[in-house]
Amino acid sequence: MDKDQLNLTLKRLAHQLIENHYPFTETCFIGIQPRGVPLSDFIIDYIRQLYPEAELKYGKLDITFYRDDIRQQLHVPSETFLPFSIENKKVVLIDDVLYTGRTIRAAMDALLDNGRPSKVELCILVDRRYSRQLPIHPDYCGKAIDSIITQKVKVYWGEDARVILYENI
Amino acid sequence: MQLSTKHLLGIRDLSAQDIQIILDTATQFKDVLQRPIKKVPSLRDVTIVNLFYENSTRTRISFELAEKRLSADTINFSSSGSSVSKGETLLDTVNNILSMKVDMVVMRHSASGAPHFLAKHIPAVIVNAGDGINEHPTQALLDAFSIREKLGGLEGKKVAIIGDIMHSRVALSNIYLLKKMGAEVTVAGPPTLIPKHIQEAFDIRVEYNVRNALQWCDVANVLRIQLERQNQVLFSSLREYSLAFGISKHLLDSLDKEIFIMHPGPINRGVELDSDVADSRQSLILDQVENGVAVRMSVLYLLSGKRDNN
Repeated sequence: MDKDQLNLTLKRLAHQLIENHYPFTETCFIGIQPRGVPLSDFIIDYIRQLYPEAELKYGKLDITFYRDDIRQQLHVPSETFLPFSIENKKVVLIDDVLYTGRTIRAAMDALLDNGRPSKVELCILVDRRYSRQLPIHPDYCGKAIDSIITQKVKVYWGEDARVILYENI
Repeated sequence: MQLSTKHLLGIRDLSAQDIQIILDTATQFKDVLQRPIKKVPSLRDVTIVNLFYENSTRTRISFELAEKRLSADTINFSSSGSSVSKGETLLDTVNNILSMKVDMVVMRHSASGAPHFLAKHIPAVIVNAGDGINEHPTQALLDAFSIREKLGGLEGKKVAIIGDIMHSRVALSNIYLLKKMGAEVTVAGPPTLIPKHIQEAFDIRVEYNVRNALQWCDVANVLRIQLERQNQVLFSSLREYSLAFGISKHLLDSLDKEIFIMHPGPINRGVELDSDVADSRQSLILDQVENGVAVRMSVLYLLSGKRDNN
């Protein structure tokens, strides 16, 4: 996926979110640290440009301590920043790649430790279909791809923004 | 991200990078402790035994709380009221506990080197919670965390360690840590309580006048006079010690700057530290205790990845 395609997809995701959540009074957007944050930053910036008067509740969630694979490897924790209550709000979790579903499982645990949202939705840029290990599906999906286990998906941001699928050797 | 050691036996074995990782991770845990649910499931499958062969209030509660906040299962052992009084050896006690499938051991012991001995003989991860007059690594880490939080860093900061340097494991761990992180250290106290050659051994300054040390430093870490470890008379009386080396409000006010005061506890009020100093705005003593839980969570979390997977 090159930069132009990526831009179109990101804008479509933002518009889908707007369609379902405008005027955002009951909605919180939460990017999952570390790789979901550039995506959520982009989407939030875009929504803010379209609706400068809207007050968006936007936070970041670190899930390191909730992972189920700490026996295999430790990850560097990042900052959790939730300057609002998620109690009875509609929460949209945002991450770049959905693969096994385990990250999202951890994110839901981490989220529920901060309160009881009325609804949780999932917004994903790349959905690696048929590789789920848990029953988790995205509500908003940028692009669904078929890939095999030895392949990796990497999303680049900034000037050189693109999504690539490569063989992990 | 990995620590270079399997156990936390002392600051001596850690690299500057290890210390950095522990302190950075502790920052995130401190954040967890401010949330409505102050608990994470990271160590759900880990069992930790707290072996306390010596009295402790803060360290013990702090470790236990840290373990519980990480969702680990904990068992507590104290030598009084156990089979130790029937003559069981340290190794036997620990091996018996480990055969019940325990993953990590947090140990305090009055003999220096006891945790190092255990680390050689048993497969579990060992965390030293103070051994004799050797080291008390988590205390040094939480002291560093508190200094970093107040002063924004450790490098180039001036720290005075005042009091019973000779018998203090806190002093030794602090000296190792501060030197590794690029801080400047002065030790101060009566000559009988400062080991010979400490100046050359650690490249630190030695000062026998407390006022000079206070005037020089950004932070003063005041230590308790450890009467239980002194088997000879090293100063004439507590009252005389307090007059010459105790820190009073009057003394602090006479400096031309404001410094922070730390103390690892328990405080002998009126001996090394006057009450009005211990309870003043300059005192970081309760911050230290608060940070202790986050730092210990960080240590346990980072070492839990070092368990043998079985």
